[in-house]
Amino acid sequence: MSTYAQKKGFGATLWDFLTTVDHKKIAILYLIAGGFFFILGGLEALFIRIQLAVPNNDFVSAGFYNEILTMHGTTMIFLAAMPLVFAFMNAVMPLQIGARDVAFPFLNSLGFWLFFFGGVFLNLSWFLGGAPDAGWTSYASLSLASETHGIDFYALGLQISGAGTLIGGINFLVTIVNMRAPGMTYMRMPMFTWATFVTSALILFAFPPLTVGLFLLIFDRMFGANFFDVSMGGNTVIWEHLFWIFGHPEVYILILPAFGIFSEIFAIFSRKRLFGYSSMVFATVLIGFLGFMVWAHHMFTTGLGPIANAIFAVATMAIAVPTGIKIFNWLFTMWGGSIKFTTPMLWAVAFIPSFVAGGVTGVMLASAAADYQYHDSYFVVAHFHYVIVGGVVFALFAGAHLYWPKMFGTMLNETLGKITFWLFLIGFHLTFFIQHFLGLMGMPRRIFTFLPGQGLETGNLISSIGAIFMAVAVIVLLINVIMTSVKNEKVGNDPWGDGRTLEWAIASPPPFYNFKQLPLVRGLDAYWLEKMEGKKGMTPAEPLGDIHMPNNSFIPFVISFGLFIAAFGAMYRADYAWGLPVLILGMAVTLGSMFVRSIKDDHGFHIHKEDLMEDDNDKGVKA
Amino acid sequence: MKMLAKWRLLSLFAMMALVLSGCGEPYLSALRPAGEVAQSQYELMLLSTAIMVGVIAVVTIIFIYVVMKFRRKNDNEIPKQVEGSHKLEILWTVIPILLLLILAVPTVAATFKLADVSPMEKKNAEGKTDALVINVRANLYWWEFEYPNEEIVTSQELVVPTDEKVYFNLKASDVKHSFWIPSAGGKMDTNTDNVNKFWLEFDSKGADEAGGLFYGKCAELCGPSHALMDFKVKALPSAEFDQWVADMQGVKEPVQAESTTAQQGQEIFNNSCIGCHAVTPANTAPEAARVGPNLTNFGDRSRIAGVLEHNEENLKKWLEDPEVYKPGNKMTGKYPELDKAELDALTEYLMGLKVQK
Repeated sequence: MSTYAQKKGFGATLWDFLTTVDHKKIAILYLIAGGFFFILGGLEALFIRIQLAVPNNDFVSAGFYNEILTMHGTTMIFLAAMPLVFAFMNAVMPLQIGARDVAFPFLNSLGFWLFFFGGVFLNLSWFLGGAPDAGWTSYASLSLASETHGIDFYALGLQISGAGTLIGGINFLVTIVNMRAPGMTYMRMPMFTWATFVTSALILFAFPPLTVGLFLLIFDRMFGANFFDVSMGGNTVIWEHLFWIFGHPEVYILILPAFGIFSEIFAIFSRKRLFGYSSMVFATVLIGFLGFMVWAHHMFTTGLGPIANAIFAVATMAIAVPTGIKIFNWLFTMWGGSIKFTTPMLWAVAFIPSFVAGGVTGVMLASAAADYQYHDSYFVVAHFHYVIVGGVVFALFAGAHLYWPKMFGTMLNETLGKITFWLFLIGFHLTFFIQHFLGLMGMPRRIFTFLPGQGLETGNLISSIGAIFMAVAVIVLLINVIMTSVKNEKVGNDPWGDGRTLEWAIASPPPFYNFKQLPLVRGLDAYWLEKMEGKKGMTPAEPLGDIHMPNNSFIPFVISFGLFIAAFGAMYRADYAWGLPVLILGMAVTLGSMFVRSIKDDHGFHIHKEDLMEDDNDKGVKA
Repeated sequence: MKMLAKWRLLSLFAMMALVLSGCGEPYLSALRPAGEVAQSQYELMLLSTAIMVGVIAVVTIIFIYVVMKFRRKNDNEIPKQVEGSHKLEILWTVIPILLLLILAVPTVAATFKLADVSPMEKKNAEGKTDALVINVRANLYWWEFEYPNEEIVTSQELVVPTDEKVYFNLKASDVKHSFWIPSAGGKMDTNTDNVNKFWLEFDSKGADEAGGLFYGKCAELCGPSHALMDFKVKALPSAEFDQWVADMQGVKEPVQAESTTAQQGQEIFNNSCIGCHAVTPANTAPEAARVGPNLTNFGDRSRIAGVLEHNEENLKKWLEDPEVYKPGNKMTGKYPELDKAELDALTEYLMGLKVQK
């Protein structure tokens, strides 16, 4: 008899999630935490739009506005978009490559808890003297001048959650390199897995510069160093470089998985193999590579000189080429296909014009001489919301609807899903399209108010109205989630009917060991190939045998919690006598639990062949 | 056929120029260029927009066709599984590269043109430059403009001659800011680390349309009052500009107030304000000593504190509590509280600080 199917009490479920190392449960944790921060960041966005709805508004004060805008950006990028992307990577990628879990389940859990405690730490700043107020970029001269502990929360919180992201990225890389099912060559991997692979490589190379930058900032602010203090021989432009060497790849870390999700959706709901698969792979890798070559386009007005500006301008324009390849490949995937407009497909279809609009303004921004006008104006705000919302957020909504059955075994309501879609789509364009023009008409970004008589009133009002639509759309989605969970109508393996990749070949949600027998992969879209030959499922690549599984562990939680404590110590060390002891205590908790992990033998456990066969019988009875 | 395509492109340009020129105010909008720099940036914008609109049009046409034509009609239909098409894939790789080249060449040319500040280096016999050079110093939330050749300093309101290249040295004295006059040209950061150099030109036609006064902005988040760190640019015909310089240079000593109230005001000023605010334009004091805006020609300016309308009432409100109008400014609390009579006196004195006859 199987244990996992039994109903558990709340306490037991909670403990299960606190200690789980199962990639599917960690995916749910990422989804819940990321969703929570997404709503938080969304509320901050609403405050911004309320404040800017009319000139000279006093809904929030100037200083508080800067905290809101900083936290909106930081939360959305680090605590909402990234974890939500990670949720889908965790939920889907191991299934797509036919693996039983990620390579390092323990590290997967550690990655989540580090992100979670980093995010909680950052947001506690609201209650402990003020949030960071120097923008998500936290440029050094301003972040050193900031008087509250806000920037300390920013630096320490991002350091902790960034470590989690880095660990997650390495884990995915190793998983994809080592754990593909028999027959799954690199060029048979689903596009979303390819995107995860390239994204993880980007994380591996992009996060260390951020870590370095944040450490220098932490040393400067909390331990008396002078890396960015100009009067002591420091240099603030170094921060800009470090930040953007991380920051630019970061946007590709977000958008590539989005591309991956859309690639899956276009193929599934057009009932057609992805057009130009190999050029899609090539384009993904090329975007990832070029993503590291263009960071200085965020610094065209910093004064790097015409040679640097010209080089980075041309390099940036080059990224348009692989991105264009992708757009046309998607269009031609649909061409000649049999398109069904489900909710995920609606998001995917709407993504194309929205993202192209964001992409072309990206090329316009790349034109250095003209960028002197766009830079730090609302034109830039419009641009990056077009790519991040029109690309990443659309993909997250699409992915949520597409993979909901695989993650929870239930289908989100299609009607409500379509209402969410239309409201959000209208709201999105209403909010951000007009901002291109506001920027060109002379509105700088990050301003807490604007004066009347500068021609900026109408545009800002329209923009604020759009935000309301998006807020309502998210509320409808939440209602949808609650309704679906309450109804709890279970679905089968392939609820969309047109699944092409391995994850649709197994139950929804899959059993905790995923595949009873590892599947044999005979080509791209492995499950589709089998279906077309009239088979019900995958051909196994191995005889039924015992499965080795890892044990749950509470240690990742404790390691992360130790760093959470230590961060408070580091921050208050200069203010209070208890700071240093708390710093040491926190580090002791972290290092101690790491030590326990190292010396304790934990061999995991085996699911025996007989139990696996019984599972089958259980199902047989139910059916 | 070629002619036709050319005409189409031209008419597209004309259309866009027409649509865009309706956007924004002539004193603030980058879409109403009033100088050589803004003009070349505007042309780049038009060129890139034209290319991009073309790209969007192609994508949209294919998109609409696909979405309309290939809807699922029968639940059992299985379309042909196509791997790809080398011809098509090469096509949509090469065409974008060509389009980008069309944009890249003028971009690089303009980038170098706008960075050409060589006249700033050419010194004449007196050790000065023939070109007009202005040192811009950005401070938490005000701007200082020093004319090194003319040896004068002013604040908040930049005065420039029209139809002449003006060269700028840019730096910040506290945190990073960014110097932006949208209708005259793009921005350049004022760093704390180094001096940035660039040039702008203000044409007389644009200046007329803008009523002789352009709006300038700080474009880099610098603290609570970042949004209020505005300045104004007075663009004068060459002769008037020379006259203004001469008038400024003429102020060697603080001008004595005339009316009795103003004289009282001057006394208050000399006791409480002069430590930060100079009322002579000479640039002899070191920068570190110039901690507040120079007020030599305060009465001539068009805004109080860069944002409030220039009248006595607003000046009194500002002096009473600057924090309300510019949160986080460095003036609040630096001087004793002023009663009503003192405010009246100080206001009368400050409003009388005029240089232009």
